[in-house]
Amino acid sequence: MSGVTEGPDVSREHALHLLGQMLRIRQFEDRCAQLYTQQKIRGFLHLYNGEEAVAVGVMQALEPRDALVATYREHGHALARGVPMDALMAEMYGKRTGSSGGRGGSMHVFDVSKRFYGGNAIVGGGLPLAVGLALAEKLDKRGGIAACFFGEGAVAEGEFHESLNLASLWRLPVLFICENNLYAMGTALARSEAVTDIRAKAAAYSLTAHAIDGMDVLAVESAARRAVDAIRRGDGPQFLECKTYRLRAHSMFDAQLYRDKAEVEEWRKRGPLITFTTRCKAAGLIAEADFLQLESAANAEVDAAVAFAERSDWEPVEQLERFVYAEHRA
Amino acid sequence: MADESPSRRLTYREALREGLREALQNDPKVFLMGEDVGRYGGCYAVTKSLLAEFGEERIRDTPLSESAFVGAGIGAALGGMRPIVEIMTVNFSLLALDQIVNNAATLCHMSGGQCPVPVVIRMATGAGRQLAAQHSHSLEGWYAHIPGLRIVAPATLEDARGMLGAALRCPDPVLIFEHIALLNVEGELPERAVQVDIDHAAIRRPGRDITVLTYGASLSKCLEAAAQLSAQGIELEVVDLRTLRPLDDALIVESVRRTHRALIVDEGWRSGSLSAEIGMRIVEQAFFDLDAPIARVCTAEVPIPYPRHLEEAALPSVAQIVAAAAGLVAHES
Repeated sequence: MSGVTEGPDVSREHALHLLGQMLRIRQFEDRCAQLYTQQKIRGFLHLYNGEEAVAVGVMQALEPRDALVATYREHGHALARGVPMDALMAEMYGKRTGSSGGRGGSMHVFDVSKRFYGGNAIVGGGLPLAVGLALAEKLDKRGGIAACFFGEGAVAEGEFHESLNLASLWRLPVLFICENNLYAMGTALARSEAVTDIRAKAAAYSLTAHAIDGMDVLAVESAARRAVDAIRRGDGPQFLECKTYRLRAHSMFDAQLYRDKAEVEEWRKRGPLITFTTRCKAAGLIAEADFLQLESAANAEVDAAVAFAERSDWEPVEQLERFVYAEHRA
Repeated sequence: MADESPSRRLTYREALREGLREALQNDPKVFLMGEDVGRYGGCYAVTKSLLAEFGEERIRDTPLSESAFVGAGIGAALGGMRPIVEIMTVNFSLLALDQIVNNAATLCHMSGGQCPVPVVIRMATGAGRQLAAQHSHSLEGWYAHIPGLRIVAPATLEDARGMLGAALRCPDPVLIFEHIALLNVEGELPERAVQVDIDHAAIRRPGRDITVLTYGASLSKCLEAAAQLSAQGIELEVVDLRTLRPLDDALIVESVRRTHRALIVDEGWRSGSLSAEIGMRIVEQAFFDLDAPIARVCTAEVPIPYPRHLEEAALPSVAQIVAAAAGLVAHES
């Protein structure tokens, strides 16, 4: 079935919201790439272009009481979760007004007020944390869940298997979201996994697992809503494999020798922004003017965030050793 | 202390269990998880009977997935619980290094102070039971290298019971190293729980001639050496470090300034070790107070061998401590 003739099952208001969120992420990431070339942002920078539908789609299903764990490619998740863009950009700069006080940088965005627990830069390292956050929800009978984003590269790590087993064994309220963008840095899935069906691996641990089109924000949203409902009903952990694609390099150091330009161009046509915009326009839900307005609003927000980061202060060197240990003892 | 409350005879193992029971009774957010802690009663029988008393929700048997259940402890701590994670032995903690070093130790700093990690991780440590190289490590000094962690080693019954409570009152990740050779040691403990801290070293035997710095199961060896040397007129001051990170520099330096001699006894290997760190701190802070070179008795630099005579030869012994101390006083300043 063609997405152009099939009208999306979504209100105009919600369509604008989803598109606006994806545009914010896209514009933020594109600006980060520019700022990196100007050396305003240093270290490793991993951009989310092409995968926006996953974070934005899943986030529609989550509530403020739910906890999140993401990876080093987490700007999109942070923005979609409501981490203020000003603080996020200041974190890219390493300024003290950043979401982690500047100490984390691009890979370690934290915002406990949004229950956003990082920004984990060890592949697979966030999964056990999400299991523990879910265990806390269960033991404390609070009714929240933990959502955990990770790439398909994590599937090769022991922590993936240990975590899925433990979550399933204890029937913990975890939503595992695998963002399968086909490459673990430069290693294609088939070059590193004997079994490339990730959904099947999750199902082997007795999790309810679905593979979905991660380029389709509505497909992600509806799958996430079903999964979250099931978790809250007490059906145990759920697993979504979102098939997606990274349109930019792995990081700013990546020459992309491992994939064809033609392949990237092919996926670009399937990009979540372009396809969703096309569908919504075809269905008469939104007009070009709406798109331009959202785009310019996102642009203005990014401009303001850059200005905020620029004028923010650096942490004084005297504060170097703060936060190694907690500052408030019970 | 002049504690008037009645006391009982307990083993170190029972003191650890008392500490766990008190922690579980005192705070509903405390729970225990680890391999064989429940149905089996603990590999070393420390957690025996706790499952029956506190139930499956709070005494949780885990799969052999050190990384997942240690990480889950960290995550549960982030989520507001007060988890006690038992890793069966320090040897298996190596399978959870990612979680301990990359997460527990970093999250507070990396998040700008938003994410303290109040998790307690207990593990058995040490050699002496002919368990060979993969079950005899003493790696607490290794962990003491890591900023963000607190490392403690109870050497007495009082600390075996009390350090857990102190660790749970602390908002940071605390690793407790319980030496397997101490489990059957007996002693008197007051009926009533006594609070201890995890900030200070303790002088277990005062003496004027040599400061002996040690911890864990080596403490009793040092005290025995001190008793032997006392008969020869050499008085050792035996310091139980108790907390290996952060080290109690003030007490260490104060003692060395009085005795002018320092001997470090550590079941860890000496290269790149805690004993090296302590020695260097003494050099940095009390060099001109020393009347003799700092001496060390450490484990021989071999993977611990299985046969008893070789294992004994590898580990610090009372005889080695006596000889090292005698050598220090023989050294004329």
